Amino acid sequence: MKRMRSETPIGFLLAGLLLLVPLAAWALDEPFYITLATRVAILALAAVGLNLALGLGGLVSFGHAAFFGIGGYTAGILATHASTLQPLMTWPIEVGGSDQMLVIWPVAMILSGLVALVIGAISLRTSGVYFIMITLAFAQMIYYFAISWPAYGGEDGVPLALRNAFPAIVTSLPLNFFLICYALLIAALYLFARIRDSRFGAALQGARQNEVRLAAVGISPFPIRLAAFVLSGMMTGLAGALFADLNRFVSPSMLSWQMSGELIVLILLGGTGRLFGPVAGAMLFVLLESILGGFTDRWQLFLGLILLGAVLFARGGLVGLLAGKVHHG
Amino acid sequence: MQTALLIEQILNGLQFGVMLFLMAAGLTLIFGVMGVINLAHGSLYMLGAFACAAVAAATGSFWLGLVASLATAAAAGAIVELLVVRRLYDRDHLDQVLATFALILIFSEGTRWLFGSFPLYLDIPPVLSGAIDLPGGARYQLYRLAIIGVGIAVAIGLYLLISKTRLGMRIRAGQSDREMIAALGVDIQTLYTVVFALGAALAGLAGAMVGALQSVQVGMGEPVLILAFVVIVIGGIGSIKGALVGAALVGLVDTLGRFLLPKVFALFLGPSEGTTVGAALASMLIYVVMALILAFRPRGLFAAGT
Repeated sequence: MKRMRSETPIGFLLAGLLLLVPLAAWALDEPFYITLATRVAILALAAVGLNLALGLGGLVSFGHAAFFGIGGYTAGILATHASTLQPLMTWPIEVGGSDQMLVIWPVAMILSGLVALVIGAISLRTSGVYFIMITLAFAQMIYYFAISWPAYGGEDGVPLALRNAFPAIVTSLPLNFFLICYALLIAALYLFARIRDSRFGAALQGARQNEVRLAAVGISPFPIRLAAFVLSGMMTGLAGALFADLNRFVSPSMLSWQMSGELIVLILLGGTGRLFGPVAGAMLFVLLESILGGFTDRWQLFLGLILLGAVLFARGGLVGLLAGKVHHG
Repeated sequence: MQTALLIEQILNGLQFGVMLFLMAAGLTLIFGVMGVINLAHGSLYMLGAFACAAVAAATGSFWLGLVASLATAAAAGAIVELLVVRRLYDRDHLDQVLATFALILIFSEGTRWLFGSFPLYLDIPPVLSGAIDLPGGARYQLYRLAIIGVGIAVAIGLYLLISKTRLGMRIRAGQSDREMIAALGVDIQTLYTVVFALGAALAGLAGAMVGALQSVQVGMGEPVLILAFVVIVIGGIGSIKGALVGAALVGLVDTLGRFLLPKVFALFLGPSEGTTVGAALASMLIYVVMALILAFRPRGLFAAGT
């Protein structure tokens, strides 16, 4: 219960700050900061997804870029077909593209979920280092497929002519798009908290802490982990679809191993397994990227040093530093 | 002509496999003895290539470059072990992944800082620059054959080192029970540093040899690192024999897949579409093989007895 008392106010403070910055930027007519905040919200959403598998389930997936990229490519491909009016497929039924976010999101989540189901079903047969390497390998497989398949840009990626549409909201205005992403982030955080405190969440955390004990009370860890992995992939896939809309461009780098690494880094910077860890991590990451990137091209060198310091010496992440240690079994 | 081409592709596959073996052997040794997953192994490969290219350019001798690459990679490996990896032995895999991911960022940006963003080029040494005739009318680059030779020599050397020497005995003991060999009075810290430097030197050797075949640039290590992961997942983590078999398998399947699949699909789908589909599927082939092997043997072909 100590965790609830010390962590929750900091979480709400961070979430409030993330809302206030773009509102202030909007009032001061500084659209750049709105875009920056949108980037934070989307990366945080992707990391909340990963946090379900990694933080609650202890499944160190080094392949979540696969789901992020699949979400992005779903948005890009559907939007391309909507603008060229060419059907996406003609058999067995004719399916066209779409530029409606309310269509794209579920499709992105279903596709990411299906891929997560296949990858999870294979890689969850293993554990530990094997799991890390196999998820990394599968993400790399999808990356190579994307760059060698010329229909959708290959190495050049897919540009989006216009940002996709949402009923009754003008999405091309930066603040409106930020609010959509922010609302989805808050919904994802709520879902994460509900899952964490549910029976399913208890079983998932039990599988992380002691698999044998979980099996002894009659719960098989595999289906629990697979379900968490699929949910996690779906949430990250949704973030990918938003990321494509933010940049109006889908780059194969969304599928790269660096992206998978960055998502893990976000969680670590914020604090593993914390509800608001991904939010704190994404804020810190984008802040570092824009501050360090502002005065040196070599900002990744400093990011590396900071990250190394954080792993070796500050294990609780930002939320851990602010809220005090919490014991993870 | 077709047979000649096929023989050439098989040799290319073996050469690729040998390079993967040099990477995978170091990784699997480090994991087997110390239980550490080292993402920065690709950076050591890159360092080896850069050291070789820089020294060869300065002195005009590929061989001095090769020595420099071994020394640089081994030294970098030892420093990394002493400063960073040593603190990670009793941490969980997540911390190891993050710390070594941070090392990739540091090594990549540091190398870019030193050498700039442009790739370096390394010439094949004159002695090995020719080609030789193969049965079937093919001609094959001598240098690539030399790489295969070096790989086989390293495999035999590692086998002798691990099965016949005192150091090898300690490595095997470390793989089966770390606490016990420390309790028996073996200086385990030094053993760890030596094993790490040995693995790093193998990665540096691979980087230096490949540097003469392709451009030497930042980021060259990670694609190879990920393939080396596939190799040790297939072979079984901790097993040198598994790394050898897995590397040959991945090298051959990947090279022959890229050569044959476009041709096979061209027969069914017509030349242009068939080639596209074949090439896209060939890029996924080794991962499909990995998935199939894992479906039957979740711990790899030659899993260590743990």
